[in-house]
Amino acid sequence: MSDRCYISTRKGLFTVTRGKSRWTIKKAAFVGDNVTVMMADPRNGELLATLNHGHFGVKMQRSRNGGRTWKESTTPQYPPMPEGYVPKPVPFFDKPLDWSLKLVWSIVPGGADQPGVVWCGTRPGGLFKSEDNGDSWELVRSLWDDPMRELWGPNGAEWPGIHSICVDPRDSSHITIGISSGGVWITRDGGKTWKVTGGGLRSDYVPEGQTQDPNTQDVHCLTQCAADPEKFWIQHHNGIFKSTDGAASWSEIKDVKPAVFGFPVAVHPKDPNTAWFVPSTKDEKRCPTDGCVVVNRTRDGGQTFETLRKGLPQKYAYDLVYRHALDVDETGDRLVFGSTTGSVWISEDGGDSWKEVSSNLPPVYAVNFAK
Amino acid sequence: MATIRFTQNIQRHVPCPTREAEGSDLRTVLDHYFRENERARGYVLDEQGKIRQHMVVFIDGEMALDREKLSDRVQPGSVIDVIQSLSGG
Repeated sequence: MSDRCYISTRKGLFTVTRGKSRWTIKKAAFVGDNVTVMMADPRNGELLATLNHGHFGVKMQRSRNGGRTWKESTTPQYPPMPEGYVPKPVPFFDKPLDWSLKLVWSIVPGGADQPGVVWCGTRPGGLFKSEDNGDSWELVRSLWDDPMRELWGPNGAEWPGIHSICVDPRDSSHITIGISSGGVWITRDGGKTWKVTGGGLRSDYVPEGQTQDPNTQDVHCLTQCAADPEKFWIQHHNGIFKSTDGAASWSEIKDVKPAVFGFPVAVHPKDPNTAWFVPSTKDEKRCPTDGCVVVNRTRDGGQTFETLRKGLPQKYAYDLVYRHALDVDETGDRLVFGSTTGSVWISEDGGDSWKEVSSNLPPVYAVNFAK
Repeated sequence: MATIRFTQNIQRHVPCPTREAEGSDLRTVLDHYFRENERARGYVLDEQGKIRQHMVVFIDGEMALDREKLSDRVQPGSVIDVIQSLSGG
């Protein structure tokens, strides 16, 4: 059971720990700086935080003492473009893709049997691999050089990006990634070869005939059940989808109240039929329906959903929860989520009830339990 | 030799003292500077060697225009200022 979590925000990284009876903010790092995402590596206890300095670009910082001190580490870099190569314009965005790091959007440890391996998903769509805990990075060329990659679309930002990386607990070379907007891709050989998957995913906002193109699906968040890795969930721009066959095919779950739109999804680590979502009114509004912050939970694989409200604001609340801002600990009992208006809530009963940790933080980008 | 000065705001991330460096164009001058301070390179230029989107460089008070190749001319005795653009917020 995790007693510590990290909150990455627009103005710093905050450590929240559980005391005897409640959770409190214990530490702030990088105050004033934009911390977009971080990784707490369960294999060696190291923390790797990603900062986007805006003017000065994206940088990484590492702590080897639980966040007491930090040191700048190596940032993934896109290689020089091949001589004579002219990048295609990004679809829906008439501008050639820029081979430079815009954002680190996901950073996850490799498998337990691969010490030192770290995967890093970025905008504008490159996947990077480190084999030395982030001391050096290499662009995964097999995916980057796939001509289908140039067809990936933008998302809320100008560039496509890899935001979800699921390393199969049965086989560390089997990795499933989620891309906005490039669907779901799988490698079974540690990144040497890749295949787009995602039959059944559907985008209703593109021209007829393209709605089921697996390579342009706007996956908002992809997650895999640790105990039953054939089972995946997606929070998609278009709604909620689940797979029971290792992400090969997907079924859409419709008519979920108050909304099927949202960004994050978390799955119970031991029960693939239990998953949590934080809905928002789709999609140009992007705020809680009727000003009520709620969490939707299914315990039967998406047949029914409970809308959980206890402890969450139910009046004039306009918190949006980003894709990395919901996490579940290794027991499945403790959950944490944070919002764009700087609120953080934690549940210790699987989402039945919530307690506010803060309502004064900067906009929250990501939350991570120390696992 | 040209004199290169950096915005105060970069100093808390990576020290960039004012120094002199040789070169008749901006690329050459900056390359000479960054050779002595490699970590600072990535704060000013992206991995393709372009001036970062929200950085600007002035040569003797005139904004450098070639943000990709950095071919703007530099005179002996020029003063180069590397600063943030307000666009970066």
